[in-house]
Amino acid sequence: MTVIERTSGGLDELRRDLMWNRLISVVQEQATTLVRAAFSTSTREAGDLSAGVFDPQGRMLAQSITGTPGHVNSMAASVLHFLEAFPLAGMSPGDIFLTNDPWRGTGHLFDIVVVTPVFRQGRAVALFACTSHVVDIGGTGFSTDSREVYHEGLFLPIMRFGRDGVFDPNVVAIIEANVRDKVQVIGDIHSLAACNDIGAKRLVSMMDEYGLDDLDELGEHIIEASRTAMEAAVAELPQGTWHSTMRVDGMTEPIDIVTTLTVAAGAIDVDFTGTSAQVPFGINVPMAYTTAYTSFGVRCIVGPDIPNNSGSLSVVRVSAPQGCILNAPHPAAVNVRHVMGQMLPDAVFGCLAQAVPERVPAEGTSSLWNLLATGTWNPPGASPAAAPERFIMMSFHSGGAGARPDQDGLSATAFPSGVRNMPVEINELISPLVFWRKEFRPDSGGAGRYRGGHGQLIEVANRQGGDFTISATYERVVYPARGRHGGEDGATGSLFLDDGTAVKAKGVSVVPGNRRLTVSFPGGGGFGPVAERDPDALERDRLLGFVTRRETISPAPGTARH
Amino acid sequence: MNDVRLAADIGGTFTDIALQVGSTLHTAKVLTTQREPAAAVLDGTAKVLAGAGLCGADVTVFVHGTTLATNALIERRGADTALLTTAGLRDAVEMAHEDRFAQYDLAMTRPDPLVPRHRRVGIPERLAADGTVLLALDEHAVRQAALELRDLGVQSIAIGFLHSYRFDAHERRARELVAEVWPEVPITLSSEVCPEIREYERFSTACANAYIQPLMQRYLLDLEGRRRGLGMTCPMYLMQSGGGLGTLAEAVRHPVRLIESGPAGGALLAAEIARDLGVAMALSFDMGGTTAKLCIVEHGEPHTSREFEVGRQYRFLPGSGLPLRLPVIDMVEIGAGGSSVAGRDALGRIAVGPRSAGSEPGPAAYGRGGTEPTVTDADLLLGRILPERFAGGELPLDLDAAATALRRAIAEPGGLTLEVAAVGVSEVVDENMANAGRVHGIERGCDVSGSTLIAFGGAAPLHAARVATKLGIDHIVIPSGAGVGSAIGFLRAPAAHESVRTWHRRIEDLRGDELGSLLRAMVAEATEVVQGAAPGEPTTASARAFMRYRGQGHEITVALPLEDLIAPEGVRPDDQAIRNTLASRFLHAYRDMYTREIPGLGVEALTWLLTVRTVLTPQPWVGTAPALQPPARRAFAEVLDPGTGAVVPHLVVERSVLGPQPLDGPALVIEDQTTTVVPEGFTVRRGPGGHLLLSRVTLTPGGFP
Repeated sequence: MTVIERTSGGLDELRRDLMWNRLISVVQEQATTLVRAAFSTSTREAGDLSAGVFDPQGRMLAQSITGTPGHVNSMAASVLHFLEAFPLAGMSPGDIFLTNDPWRGTGHLFDIVVVTPVFRQGRAVALFACTSHVVDIGGTGFSTDSREVYHEGLFLPIMRFGRDGVFDPNVVAIIEANVRDKVQVIGDIHSLAACNDIGAKRLVSMMDEYGLDDLDELGEHIIEASRTAMEAAVAELPQGTWHSTMRVDGMTEPIDIVTTLTVAAGAIDVDFTGTSAQVPFGINVPMAYTTAYTSFGVRCIVGPDIPNNSGSLSVVRVSAPQGCILNAPHPAAVNVRHVMGQMLPDAVFGCLAQAVPERVPAEGTSSLWNLLATGTWNPPGASPAAAPERFIMMSFHSGGAGARPDQDGLSATAFPSGVRNMPVEINELISPLVFWRKEFRPDSGGAGRYRGGHGQLIEVANRQGGDFTISATYERVVYPARGRHGGEDGATGSLFLDDGTAVKAKGVSVVPGNRRLTVSFPGGGGFGPVAERDPDALERDRLLGFVTRRETISPAPGTARH
Repeated sequence: MNDVRLAADIGGTFTDIALQVGSTLHTAKVLTTQREPAAAVLDGTAKVLAGAGLCGADVTVFVHGTTLATNALIERRGADTALLTTAGLRDAVEMAHEDRFAQYDLAMTRPDPLVPRHRRVGIPERLAADGTVLLALDEHAVRQAALELRDLGVQSIAIGFLHSYRFDAHERRARELVAEVWPEVPITLSSEVCPEIREYERFSTACANAYIQPLMQRYLLDLEGRRRGLGMTCPMYLMQSGGGLGTLAEAVRHPVRLIESGPAGGALLAAEIARDLGVAMALSFDMGGTTAKLCIVEHGEPHTSREFEVGRQYRFLPGSGLPLRLPVIDMVEIGAGGSSVAGRDALGRIAVGPRSAGSEPGPAAYGRGGTEPTVTDADLLLGRILPERFAGGELPLDLDAAATALRRAIAEPGGLTLEVAAVGVSEVVDENMANAGRVHGIERGCDVSGSTLIAFGGAAPLHAARVATKLGIDHIVIPSGAGVGSAIGFLRAPAAHESVRTWHRRIEDLRGDELGSLLRAMVAEATEVVQGAAPGEPTTASARAFMRYRGQGHEITVALPLEDLIAPEGVRPDDQAIRNTLASRFLHAYRDMYTREIPGLGVEALTWLLTVRTVLTPQPWVGTAPALQPPARRAFAEVLDPGTGAVVPHLVVERSVLGPQPLDGPALVIEDQTTTVVPEGFTVRRGPGGHLLLSRVTLTPGGFP
């Protein structure tokens, strides 16, 4: 019998790669469990969640790929905060830890992080962490209107939330007393705890199967191999420092996001010195969330195929001066921190486009244009004498994305978030709202060699004639998504009623029952000079009704295209 | 006169024919004739009939399944199609979910819509979700659109209006109006092909049906004419995506229901075996040249679903294909097959698939110009495939070519020996399949460890033991006729029809008489379709609903006791009892899925499903009789076992001589279409029906030394 020598020929390496692969599958199962059991729309529909496995030192070894990058390394950092508060030595099997601290978790009170230690043969071998956006957390609800974090709802500092798998009844009672949909919120916390348990179970069976006593060697390998691969990807970039400034709408005054990106040997540093100061509204961003979206932006261009873990994440370092809107300390209002956070990949692209012009897209709408409408109605079948019921309709929608270096931008598509919308038929079933229009918005994508993605037009009214309220969190209304390398800017967005009344793009407004609201979504920026547009592509845009503007003329015959 | 049952399965590469005469099976594999697919069916049929000494007139049942519908969609070979839809919403089919299915991939693309924007015409009309007419149908606009589309050269029309899943009057009227001015054009109504809420999926299904309808009609009528020319007078049944048989007329009207009918046949075969063996939970594992398909079979029934995505063109990623809502066997498909190409990822690790070398050029070992290593090449180097016996000896394999390919792409760049490279490719693909199976189980609320693996398709028996080990599965079945498993499955399919209606009700407000008349109408509709396919045969009906807690965005499928929901004629139903039944069924299903329930939340139902199917009579298993003697030791082959890292002599046994006594691994059980690897620690025997039964004897950790 011939046995392959374990030490020669790479069998050990192969075995480690297989275990690594399995570890990624384990966290994917963990995340799948969470999606299935979650209540909040953003977790279920939008994949606004994350799941990961950590070694006993708190280094992240694997993270699930989910719908939104806001947790990319905020959750990784979060576990270190937990270990600081509760050292591993004091943890017991069945312990459950929890927080929604925006600064030690993932950026706002809606996100609850749950951490569970895994024990094997009496020894803590790993930690599982997960986070998701719960249905409600009390306070002002999902709007820009909070002035400080105290307005935004219940704050749960890092704590031991359960022993022997049982939740602390006092904390549960406090949560129930402070949120609007207590059954669903507690249900969401159950789903978080359950998904960590699934992860733990799978990890232990993997360790049994491969005869592993601990994750030390495997973890070291994962982190080293990923860091090395990221460093190699960084080495392909030219070294140097680049600056960019992007002006966005903000609340009462425009906000400048000032970015300095430095590529050095084996590392990328992104710094936001010069960025506007924090504001007394819910659009401020805690540092952890800034780091997450900034890293995501870099990773879209550099090493996108390398798995996320402490090794690959360590190569991108992010900093911002305290007090600027991207590093707003407690007790700043951070409720809808995604409004600014989702702009950060564009900020990073502004620098990288100077370093590697052929790899970086134009700016896009970037921040989500969610439709959040509330009011009262009489549902079908309800007795006319019954009191009107409250409805809440929350649907994720997106404008146009930026043109890519070698193709048009995606129209009405989420980026950098990856969320799904809700079907019109479902929205109309659970509310009295009628979507009279939901169509692409022609001419909104910036022209260029490659055209920016188009926004969309949504026209909505209450068929029962009652007033309804919308909570707007919209960007790119004043300052457009800019084109790249000569491409034109995307069109800005707007909101108005059918009598011509303008509606504000941030904050709560009432739409009178006899009016239709039109939401006109921004388009993405174009890439390259419009004169270089392929005439066939322009012809096709005209045929499909995507381009109707006269000035987007076809270049003269014989003009060079590239 | 014997029952003579004929099945034909047109696949991408091969057309499989199975003819069952009493308890004897005759099979043929002929190359698919892409331009004229009926030719291969007729050719193969003539072959098997001649082999059995029968003629066309002797055939009593003809069942046909085909990938043509799938391929026409993927390859975009359908008709120039138009969509008449609610004004203001014509972009629904292109806007999709507004999401991205590849988070880090800036170059991500979506498939082009089947109906381009300039052929999507908004018609002024509007219904509210409760059926209120907010805007009457503009009849003039419909006629006008039809005439304009005709002048544009459109060949097929889909009509999809908002809320038509429940209120179809505008769609039906629009069809009349189009037919008035343009009687010849085929028309698909979204309310007929998919009366289900969620406009993107429903319109997309209607467009897909309209798109392939002219082509499928031509093909089906051509085949019908030709097989009648062969003297075959029995009716032709079409295998449908959901695992039931339908009539020719139904297939011509709704060809989109023929999508994925081949793989459905395989799952039916697995289901029947699971029933025969009395296995509570089985995992059907079908691994061919390009992909592997896994399906959970619970209590002898394959899981079904109404969600399917055709043509995940972008790296097989979920979300990258065209969504269809129709009854389907619920399978997870991943890019892992014999021809899947192995390479190295960004970190230098071995990666396999989803790209496939197909049959041309195929694996390097085929000697047809392929230079990239594939799973088959690795299998060959590991000693699992005896080159001289591959495909019955008709396709000799080139070991050197396989070694060269693997060395160049995997071994040398990674500093691995050739053997370790081969182990690596095999282990990575097995891990991928095992991980897909585990995650699929989690998504469906099942733990697949402890189930029985039923493995068929050319490559599955080579990998089954290793995949089973990784999944914590101790028992494996390799069906007889594993190579033409889908066609055999066709012969075991019931005639069936699934009727669907979206009718949104909170359970606490639901009225028993309304539900009763809805379900009665659905039973009548489905029974009529099934009786058309199987006149006079006994049928059963079953009901399910898509239900959820109020406030949730996704429904779960809940099986319902039909008899408790329909009161006998003239009897006033007990509303409270019916509500209690629905609520308790929902809570039970919810607990099964999520291990807990949420007290205090209301329950609602969105969509109701009703299936009528014929009662199956057990079919004899076919094949040669078991050998009486213990197997003779024919020879040994040197096979590398990734489980132990050792090269071990494996006993080589012909499947036909294997008996009912367990034989200890390591062994290779060979037959013409495939080879079953029985590693050390497993036994193999021939069970009832000629299936191979593998069992794990030693529950050793399945890792490396």
